[in-house]
Amino acid sequence: MDETVAEYIRRTVLKIPRDEIKPMLQKWGFLSEAQLQTINFHQLKDNISQDVVQLCEENSADIKQAAVLDIIYNHTYPNKRVWSVYQMNKTGEEMDFFDLTDFKKKIKRQLRSALKNVTITFREYEDNAIWIRIAWGTPYTKPNQYKTSYVVYHSQTPYVFISASMLKSNLPLLCQALVVASNYHDIREMELRSHSLNSLKDIVFKRYSQNFQTYYPKPLQERDVAPESDLRIIQENKNEKERIERVNREIFGDGPQPKLEFAQYKLETMFKSDPKRDVLDKKEPFRCLVKFSSPHLLESLKSLAPAGMADAPLSPLLTCIPQKARNYFKIREKKGLFPGSFVSP
Amino acid sequence: HLATSLPLPSERDHLRPRIDMIVFMIDIKSKYSLKNVEASLAYVDASFFLGKVCFLVTGVGRVNCCSIEMNAVWKLGEIYCSPVLFCELEMEGIRVATAQRLLRMLQICAGHVPGVSALSFGSLMRNSAND
Repeated sequence: MDETVAEYIRRTVLKIPRDEIKPMLQKWGFLSEAQLQTINFHQLKDNISQDVVQLCEENSADIKQAAVLDIIYNHTYPNKRVWSVYQMNKTGEEMDFFDLTDFKKKIKRQLRSALKNVTITFREYEDNAIWIRIAWGTPYTKPNQYKTSYVVYHSQTPYVFISASMLKSNLPLLCQALVVASNYHDIREMELRSHSLNSLKDIVFKRYSQNFQTYYPKPLQERDVAPESDLRIIQENKNEKERIERVNREIFGDGPQPKLEFAQYKLETMFKSDPKRDVLDKKEPFRCLVKFSSPHLLESLKSLAPAGMADAPLSPLLTCIPQKARNYFKIREKKGLFPGSFVSP
Repeated sequence: HLATSLPLPSERDHLRPRIDMIVFMIDIKSKYSLKNVEASLAYVDASFFLGKVCFLVTGVGRVNCCSIEMNAVWKLGEIYCSPVLFCELEMEGIRVATAQRLLRMLQICAGHVPGVSALSFGSLMRNSAND
């Protein structure tokens, strides 16, 4: 077995939390159950990984099998990577029948014709998700297994989730390959990025609880707030508190929010000052970047008004994030009758 | 009665009993909380400042998250002739002890402790703080 493959398998196993190593190896299916029985999973992880490599040696593992183990690891722990969302467009309305084999063949052909050395691995999962792992090389160097890109494509949708590695230069090639293989015409990057792959899916597939416009008043029973902690405590601003709760619920809905870590606003707006205190000689737009970050951005925005840290309702620039399916915005000057700013597409 | 700021909403005026003591809570982590208290003080009748007002600074367990100028808080106590107490709400022991202190002060302010008026108690607290 190639030394590089052995080292790669060893490092991949080391990434897995100890209790998950055996289940993941079973999912992988490359080592037999009998072989797995011979490993002591209670020893140090260093030793477990050595044992695994030893057994892989016996089975003559090559890079293809090692790549499958890597896909399984990343499918189980997708949140360790940053994912960007891309949307593909086709001009016709015809729904071509999706042929998985054809898709795979085209991807391989597109990528291999450009760079001879790439490792491409596919794995299909439930809900029509196709995972593609690509290790990039050049016509002169072997693929770097540690700098991989991942693509998750749901064949019944025009959406692709890409976790590119450092090698941004290969991104256009990858996008081109996806468009050709899936019979679309073009692909564009939606300005939507996060660590949480499932949350990105929730946003684009509209699986989160949205604020539907309900035209019927809430039944009286529902208005029963959580039981007061102590009847002797009287909230003077109860009306305002309830208004904030109601407005918040209308904006954010009742369920859990999709998990995003950032919202970024790039401002290219003119500095508006008192004309008497004209600060700038040149009438150039001010360039400014505002970035909100949080372990769970949308939940923290939802809790701002009830915590008394912001007015309700919040600015639509913040609350439009799930509906617009983007968290990176460019705000430019609005030209025309109304001074102000608008969000560019 | 808990309120987020003053003045109190007028629609509840008829439901409110006599106010014996006002405790202004300042969160050490929030500049906004100090500003809010400063703004609310303007709505308090002068007679309350004869021993019926107290400032409670919370969150003192997390001194490294301190966002307000402690000098500003001391000054507030001086200007309004009212005591400044400190506590950490997240620790049960301190929380209970602080509540007991406030309750004792409230008893005095409401006139339930014979021989001790709010004003005399207030000046007692001020003098001992200056020592």
